[in-house]
Amino acid sequence: MKSKFISLILILIFLITFVIFFKGLKNSNIYTPDTNLKKEVPSFELKSFENDSIVISEKIFKDNDYYFMNIWASWCIPCKEEHEFLMKLKKDDSIELIGFNYKDNYKNASSFLKDLGNPYDIIVSDKDGTASIEWGAYGVPESFLVYQNKIIKRFIGPINNEDLLEIQKIIR
Amino acid sequence: MKFIHIFLIIATILNFNFLKADEIKTENKIAKNLRCLICQGQSVYDSDSEFAISLKLVIKNKIQEGLSEEQIYSFLKMKYGEWILYDPVFNRNTYFLWVLPILIFLAGGAIIIKRFYNKK
Amino acid sequence: MFISIFLIKSNQQPKKYRIFTLLFQQILIVGFFIFLIKTSSPFNYIFPTPNEGLGLNPILQDPALAIHPPILYLGYVGSSIIFSSALAAMVTSYVSKEWAKHIKQWVLASWVFLTLGILLGSIWAYYELGWGGFWFWDPVENVSLMPWFALTTLLHCILVLEKKKILTSWAMILSIATFALSMSGTFLVRSGILNSVHTFANDPERGLFILIFLFTLIFLSIFIFIFFHSEKEKLENNFFWLSKETSILVNNWFMMYFLSVVLIGTIYPIFLEVITANKISVGPPFYNKLILPFLIPFLIAMAIGPNLNWVKSDFKDKFYMTIFLIISFLLSAVIIKQFDINFLINTILVTSAFFLFFSTFREFFAKRFRNLSQNIAHFGFSLLILSILFNNIFSNEVVTNLKIGETFKTEKFTINFENIEQEDEKNFKAIIGKFNVQNLDGTLDILNPELRIYNQPNIITSEADIKTNLLTDKFMTMNYVQNQEYFNIRYQVKPFMIWIWISVILISFGGFLSFFKKRYEI
Repeated sequence: MKSKFISLILILIFLITFVIFFKGLKNSNIYTPDTNLKKEVPSFELKSFENDSIVISEKIFKDNDYYFMNIWASWCIPCKEEHEFLMKLKKDDSIELIGFNYKDNYKNASSFLKDLGNPYDIIVSDKDGTASIEWGAYGVPESFLVYQNKIIKRFIGPINNEDLLEIQKIIR
Repeated sequence: MKFIHIFLIIATILNFNFLKADEIKTENKIAKNLRCLICQGQSVYDSDSEFAISLKLVIKNKIQEGLSEEQIYSFLKMKYGEWILYDPVFNRNTYFLWVLPILIFLAGGAIIIKRFYNKK
Repeated sequence: MFISIFLIKSNQQPKKYRIFTLLFQQILIVGFFIFLIKTSSPFNYIFPTPNEGLGLNPILQDPALAIHPPILYLGYVGSSIIFSSALAAMVTSYVSKEWAKHIKQWVLASWVFLTLGILLGSIWAYYELGWGGFWFWDPVENVSLMPWFALTTLLHCILVLEKKKILTSWAMILSIATFALSMSGTFLVRSGILNSVHTFANDPERGLFILIFLFTLIFLSIFIFIFFHSEKEKLENNFFWLSKETSILVNNWFMMYFLSVVLIGTIYPIFLEVITANKISVGPPFYNKLILPFLIPFLIAMAIGPNLNWVKSDFKDKFYMTIFLIISFLLSAVIIKQFDINFLINTILVTSAFFLFFSTFREFFAKRFRNLSQNIAHFGFSLLILSILFNNIFSNEVVTNLKIGETFKTEKFTINFENIEQEDEKNFKAIIGKFNVQNLDGTLDILNPELRIYNQPNIITSEADIKTNLLTDKFMTMNYVQNQEYFNIRYQVKPFMIWIWISVILISFGGFLSFFKKRYEI
């Protein structure tokens, strides 16, 4: 009687393990963080891209406006891919684009913008990448949609046409 | 007086060096306990990706700001979630993770002791 | 091929038992064969023929890497034979001392291969991955370690079984567990369910197949275990609390504990993610916290255990043991004090490791080489623990950014970055850094770490330069930093590195030696 009980439990445990492994297989093992966080915008003080003046985050992000914060670098290849969508987004007046120049140097970055066009209203430079960590970013490119001092959506990796349509839907 | 003065300066310098070495130690320790999120199964300390390099800098800055190890962990947990911590915190979710091995150990001990009692 | 060896070896065994073993082995082979055809289709060729292969990930282009999976695999195959013969022995109720004697060789063989496979894997990690470590508690490493724990336990358990017919059901469970763990290893590695350095190629469909196959086998073996296995061992079940049997039981107990720590640590995140959708990481700190404290009694038990007699014993060598204990304590206290590391646990750990070291060393002489294989293996193990401990406690590392021509100074050494050179190789371009490191005692080391820029696929890897001698390894890597003039330099001094490899080789050599022995001696 006792041994039957134990074996029953054993079989049950293995069945549960089976189901869990089976389900686990379907999950991807690539880390995808929650993209709809309502987090406060972290404050930062960074040097402006064009000159050495200091830009304070509180002065950029005002209430009741949409902001699109985009981390980019001239050495990053996917950034070139998303650039055309950024240029399209620039045409929209109800959103302001903020460029976070990530671990870049001025010469390469400015020639990158000269070649492909400059979609940004403000560019700040994040020389050592620490400010991006404060935003919870993983790397380049990565973008955050900001409204009322909150991050309402984040995009990891280059944005595509669907993302662009989604943004345009939100800000309208 | 002068002698004491010099001594004090030397002491502060020595003390400073000591602190610095200590800081590097905690810095490395923290980096070793963090998962490099964009890598495959590497710690931030081991990785040389852009993400890991920046993160190491952030850790260094935070230490200099006077944050404790725990504070840095909770800061990063807030930013990136529990996935980044290699040392899982003891909470409702990880209750079994920590307790189960110990339970198994105790159960094993109990079985062995029981054998001897049965014999008698 | 393995089966034919098995046939030749087992021709003195009862016929019925042999047939059943083959039957189960055939089931396994057919299973894997279906797996191959269904998922990988070696019979289809790729169409359209791709112009250029993707190129092998450059860190995989290394001989140590190429041979470590096959050797591990040999260990796994060995475990499959143990598995099928255990099932067969249960069906034909041939679980006996003779069976134990016969299967012991297979246990030994797969154990030796598994040990060597793990060794080669970690050598590869050390030299190629360039992180300056040899064990990362990476899920896939854990997966190879788990069957090793189970096999080691089985090995010790079989020794008892060979002497007397006790612990039979335990031995059966272990044989099944070893194989199940190797199989789940294959599953976890290949299915890509885990996030690790090893997930180079994965494919959920294969994972599904292995998963179903694995669980069918587990259920099959549970059924056989329940219906065919009966415990008839009560007769001989009497041994004194202080005896070799008990020490082996204690060994089994701790081994199972370590196994469960590794097992739970590896699969818990999968469970949690499925049930609660939370992702957590279980890393080195977890394993260290749960394993290190338990290592102390384990090491001490390991030092005492082999000196005991079967059935009943008393502490004969009280005198020697106490002396060893005192010596090892003093020695470790001095060493730890010297290096100014005030960790209580370190002292105790090193003490117990030294204790084991001395007592196994003494055994060489006390037993006059009668039980050489076990001695060598145990001695190797003590050496392994000692070198791992020293390696962890005394390693010294520096990470810094240096431009060409700069120097970096610490209390113990000065690093000079002299120059860089460029070389063009067949499929990569190498940037070689020229460094010299001036040590405190005036000696000079020249280290030339490399950066390799591959074109197919376009990846930059860094190649560590390692200077090895008997006492320390000096390890340097150089890394490219985006858009900066400086390079990221990592310099590590790792004491007793080579002894870790040597001791593992000793351990497997010990296992290898016992092939030549007919009986386990007291």
